[in-house]
Amino acid sequence: MSNLTLPANIVSNPKLSQWFRLDQLPLVTVCTGKVELGQGIQTALQQIAADEIGVDLQQINWIAGDTHLSPDEWYTAGSLSIENGGAALKTALGYARYLSLEAAAKQLGVTANSITIEHGIFSSKDSQQQITYAQLANHLDLDVEITSNEQIITSKQQVMTKWVGRSIARDDLHSKLSGAAFIHDFTLPNMRHARMIRAKHVQSTITHVDIPKIQQLPGVEQVVHSGSFLAVVGSNEALIVLAQEKAQAFVSWQTPAYVQAQTSTEEMITALQASDEIAFQQGTADTVHTTVKARYSRPFIAHASIGPACAISQESDGILTVWSHTQGSHLVKNQIAVGLRQDPSTVKVIHLHGAGCYGHNSADDVAFDAAFIAKMTGLPIRVQWSREEELTASPFGSPGVVEFEVGVDESGTIINWQSEVWSPTHIHRPGWAGKLNLLGAWMIDPPHPVDETKDNPLPQGGGLRNAITLYNVDYQQVKHHMIPQAPLRTSALRGLGAYLNVFAMESFMDEVARALGQDSLEFRKKHLSDPRSITLLETLAQMANWSNRANLPEGTGLGMGFARYKNSGAYCGVMVQLRAEEKIYIDHVWSVCDAGEVINPDGLINQIEGGIIQSISWTLKEMVTWDTEGVTSATWDTYPILNFDEVPQVEVKLLNQPGVQSLGGGEASAGPTAAAIANALEQALGVRARHLPLTPDRLAELMS
Amino acid sequence: MTTSIQLFLNGQSVTVNAPENTPLLYVLRNDLEHKGTRFGCGSGNCGACTVIVDGQAMQSCDMQLWAATGKEVITAEGLAADAIGQLVQKAFIDEQAAQCGYCINGILMSVVALLKKNPQPNKEVLMESLNRHLCRCGTHVRILRAIDRVIQQLNEKRAA
Repeated sequence: MSNLTLPANIVSNPKLSQWFRLDQLPLVTVCTGKVELGQGIQTALQQIAADEIGVDLQQINWIAGDTHLSPDEWYTAGSLSIENGGAALKTALGYARYLSLEAAAKQLGVTANSITIEHGIFSSKDSQQQITYAQLANHLDLDVEITSNEQIITSKQQVMTKWVGRSIARDDLHSKLSGAAFIHDFTLPNMRHARMIRAKHVQSTITHVDIPKIQQLPGVEQVVHSGSFLAVVGSNEALIVLAQEKAQAFVSWQTPAYVQAQTSTEEMITALQASDEIAFQQGTADTVHTTVKARYSRPFIAHASIGPACAISQESDGILTVWSHTQGSHLVKNQIAVGLRQDPSTVKVIHLHGAGCYGHNSADDVAFDAAFIAKMTGLPIRVQWSREEELTASPFGSPGVVEFEVGVDESGTIINWQSEVWSPTHIHRPGWAGKLNLLGAWMIDPPHPVDETKDNPLPQGGGLRNAITLYNVDYQQVKHHMIPQAPLRTSALRGLGAYLNVFAMESFMDEVARALGQDSLEFRKKHLSDPRSITLLETLAQMANWSNRANLPEGTGLGMGFARYKNSGAYCGVMVQLRAEEKIYIDHVWSVCDAGEVINPDGLINQIEGGIIQSISWTLKEMVTWDTEGVTSATWDTYPILNFDEVPQVEVKLLNQPGVQSLGGGEASAGPTAAAIANALEQALGVRARHLPLTPDRLAELMS
Repeated sequence: MTTSIQLFLNGQSVTVNAPENTPLLYVLRNDLEHKGTRFGCGSGNCGACTVIVDGQAMQSCDMQLWAATGKEVITAEGLAADAIGQLVQKAFIDEQAAQCGYCINGILMSVVALLKKNPQPNKEVLMESLNRHLCRCGTHVRILRAIDRVIQQLNEKRAA
């Protein structure tokens, strides 16, 4: 029987014991590198795991994101946890099941294929006896290389358990909703609280600091100062929080020279130095009848998690342990070691649940802060960022500009498609391209050099994510202008470039349709041949009563947006109905998502809903502001997000595809939502909004 | 100045020795080890730290310890012991009305305080209460559904 190609995460973590162990009996231990970030992935992955080995969810001892105990599965990011993390679990646990069936057959004196597994119990019609995973523990060698073949995969039919496809409630919510559950709530004996002292621009350097004055502030037991890294440490958290604010009076900062005063996103982005490369080209350009051209932009957007970043660190017996809500335990472990200039084997990172994570936020930076302070003081240290740090010091979602120029033939069909994308990097994580990328490590003395930026290349794409159109055209060319140095630090925020690219492309499809006098839904369908896309659009149109669009009252609009995330993930379409007066009131949102075989329908719907609401907030309200000293949108007053009374009705429908590859959907709905809003606005007010956010000021500007 | 202050936490009398101007949030989390109350902004803008003080939803980051002297404070840890608290908590779990869940406990406290005073709030009253809270994951739709469920249950109870 020929061996099948193994998933990448299995190739890099080839031992079965890295994924499956019988060391916490009667539970079976399953290890993963993919971590819970508030997206419910733990439950979905547990469902996949349980179906591979025939156990109940309660029978699993789940270990995620612990550098000493879990496989290295890179980052939990890019809506890839089901696609990659799930595939790895299926392969590893499939092999565990196969070996267990063989061992059970031997013990029961029956053939392996006569056995079925349910609730972790192996039974055979040919035997009165049963055997459990616990009883098999001594008869199994798990320290073996994982392999996969048809026979191993087929043995899944012997599992009677069926968790996949059911809306299983998350088991982490009860503790979160009744007491301690987050990293913020974790304590160590003798633990001290530390807070960072920072400038409005995080990469500012200290020109003068009066350490004795800071040391005299109430509650300050120690000051940790190294280069431009400055922190206060004490036992009383409330006093340390006050000291963090008061210490500012004793520090002077120098803002980096590249920080210029804010201008419009379009003006700023197109004026910055950038690369010029053809990132994608296909087909041959034809002679066209008409051309249509437009340019769109989005600003810097903050992660703005409700719970500011937190980490705890302690050094004991030569090992520096860091508890972190990072997306990449192994990667941050290695880079903390680089930052501290010590061997990676002396650092350990353990993942704990944090507040909502929508990408590369402050989690890794605070982990370094805690590690460095623990190292300098020899004390167990807990660092939590302030609201202001969270909104100013965390990397921001990258701003950008997209321009399209398409050529249309005489029949009103797009044949030539050209686009240009300008943006700073959308990924600047610790370990990305082997780089350090930890804020604190750039600040200490001697400092590590600030890492050069490098964007995520296609096919995943950073700035170019979803920049290639999937609409049928004869000729397509996509240019990329990557900006190496932006005024503010940027990295991955939910969807990366897809938010802008889909907003722009789907707004533009409406613009072209309108210019040609065609219905925008029919215009899209005309340029699509993929049946999944067409079915999705038709389902969506029915849900939102698209055919009644022309009969909506004045000032009301119905608009749509559609994309397949990353051109390879989940398909998602969104329709938005809104009213526009002095501001935009979103009344109703409908969405249809095709993510292949759905693991946990309610969990996926929750993610699609969340993506829609978050995108409404980004699209209507959010923009980071700054001046020559740094970020000025440092509080909820100056960086407002969506309020409860601005939330529309939301209906989500899933097109489940049993047996078809499961696709990640957590980031699929944001881009389509933004476009649907702009397209609905066009119908409501007759104006085309190309630059985000769509605030009342922007509306007034468009109307004049 | 450290003082000795007595209050009632989830029905139990407790004495705290702490500076009287300490925000109640830190007293609850660190002195009294009730971690279900969460820091979000420290300036009363996000609602994550909301607790119930003598029946009122209060942002504990913005309230000093002395102001809670002799008062009855309810936190997420105390919801299970309260009839409406239990209903609200259960409805949120039944509706899976959370993503990260960090903002939820504050919202639970506001909803419980509101429903105890007014079991049938109209939309305006409910929004006034909820607009003191921020949720970043976009779980609002489910949160509203969970609240509707509780209001309906309270309504049915009253009718019966």
